[in-house]
Amino acid sequence: MSIKYSEDHEWVDAKEDDLVVIGITDFAQEQLGDLVYVELPEVGDECTKGENISVIESVKAASDLVAPVSGSIIEVNSRLEDEPEIVTEDSMGEGWFIKVKLSDPAELDELMDEEAYNAFIEE
Amino acid sequence: MSIGSEIRITPFHQMHVDAGAKMVPFAGYEMPVSYPLGIKKEHNHTRERAGLFDVSHMGQIRLSGEHAMSALESLVPVDIIDLPLMKTRYALFTSENGGVLDDLMVTNLGDNTLFLVVNAACKYDDYEHLKRHLGSSCELDLHDDLALLALQGPKANKVLSELAPSVKEMTFMTAKQVMINEIDCFITRSGYTGEDGFEISVSNQDAESLADILLSSEEVEWIGLGARDSLRLEAGLSLYGHELDTNHSPVESSLNWALSKVRRLGEEREGNYLGDNIILKQLENGSDTKVVGLLPEGRMPVRDGAIIQDENGTQVGYVTSGGFGPTLNKPISIARLETKVSNSQSKLFALVREKKIAVEIIKLPFVKHNYYRG
Repeated sequence: MSIKYSEDHEWVDAKEDDLVVIGITDFAQEQLGDLVYVELPEVGDECTKGENISVIESVKAASDLVAPVSGSIIEVNSRLEDEPEIVTEDSMGEGWFIKVKLSDPAELDELMDEEAYNAFIEE
Repeated sequence: MSIGSEIRITPFHQMHVDAGAKMVPFAGYEMPVSYPLGIKKEHNHTRERAGLFDVSHMGQIRLSGEHAMSALESLVPVDIIDLPLMKTRYALFTSENGGVLDDLMVTNLGDNTLFLVVNAACKYDDYEHLKRHLGSSCELDLHDDLALLALQGPKANKVLSELAPSVKEMTFMTAKQVMINEIDCFITRSGYTGEDGFEISVSNQDAESLADILLSSEEVEWIGLGARDSLRLEAGLSLYGHELDTNHSPVESSLNWALSKVRRLGEEREGNYLGDNIILKQLENGSDTKVVGLLPEGRMPVRDGAIIQDENGTQVGYVTSGGFGPTLNKPISIARLETKVSNSQSKLFALVREKKIAVEIIKLPFVKHNYYRG
């Protein structure tokens, strides 16, 4: 499986059929500027596609992380609570936010592939 | 003076774009919010070396006439008549109800002429206010032909005095007319970052050349509005529209220090400005609200608008400015609180996204001022 992208600038990496890792894209990270705080959901929380699951605070402002898929949160990257700058340094890798067990894997098909996402941010 | 709805640019606009700035609309102008360095590094650069800010959107107003100094005193609770030649003073335009219309810097140029620097968002209203009250006795000029740069930071003096040696002797809140590579510059040793530094007024034609000269020093980087705000916040300085507004008097905004002694109750030139009876009464008896610094617990920024509650969950105030202080590497806020809870013993909480964050009241500024007083 390749990495998929949402219109809210998250990446969704499907590790298994129903298990995904979610983070924000490099484009999003650049738009936000220096991050100073990340508020993560709790392990065990349910998330619903389109709803806010996390808050990302940059020097400038607070922005919401919108769930790109639905499911239950099985792991959060708690390193971000003390070192939000990891997102700036490596948004697609070490700076991941959450791991989600999908309730509806078909939602992945609604996301963009890399080519479509690159075209989307060009607009 | 007409206020077009179209967005305006400053003489440095092309330089900002060429420097890779992120441009945003601000007070009717397209202004740089940050450069590729990013807000945090821009902030730190200003605290450690020297930052160059385009503040040309601010209003520069010349006020002259035989009675210009006493005339301006009728609009500000500040001593202007005795403002020495080429000295700069912080002042506030008050309203009939004692509120604050704007804050400003006033410099005495001599020859019954004052030079005012006012906030960008208020400049046309300030001009109309001056015209309405002083128009018959004074000449007024809102300078669209001048640009304004701020050079701020511990290396600002070194950079500028290499170009104009006489600025070295200037102390905080004094002014001087100097030439830099044959460019006429009107300089005040002032700024709004808490650091030593200068504001340089220059003609629009010479603006880019002057910026080029300053930027040729390896100490100097362009700094955007984002870092300007975090620097101002750490320095605990009031910002119009946040700590200052038309609904609160200078006393209610903890700006008693800016109200000159000679204009106070029982003094030689007591009152005689708009809203004087309300402000003088508050100076004697105290006010219902105060503006204080807050240190939130943890790392979550508590931004403006956040409600402040006491232990019982009763609202006792709100945050007027808040964010992250890069120098302190923690969140900091300024809040308007009911006076009765504004002492450091109060146990207070900020509400952020329905979470309660404990906040500690601390004395402003958050980062000590580094002004050069000689």
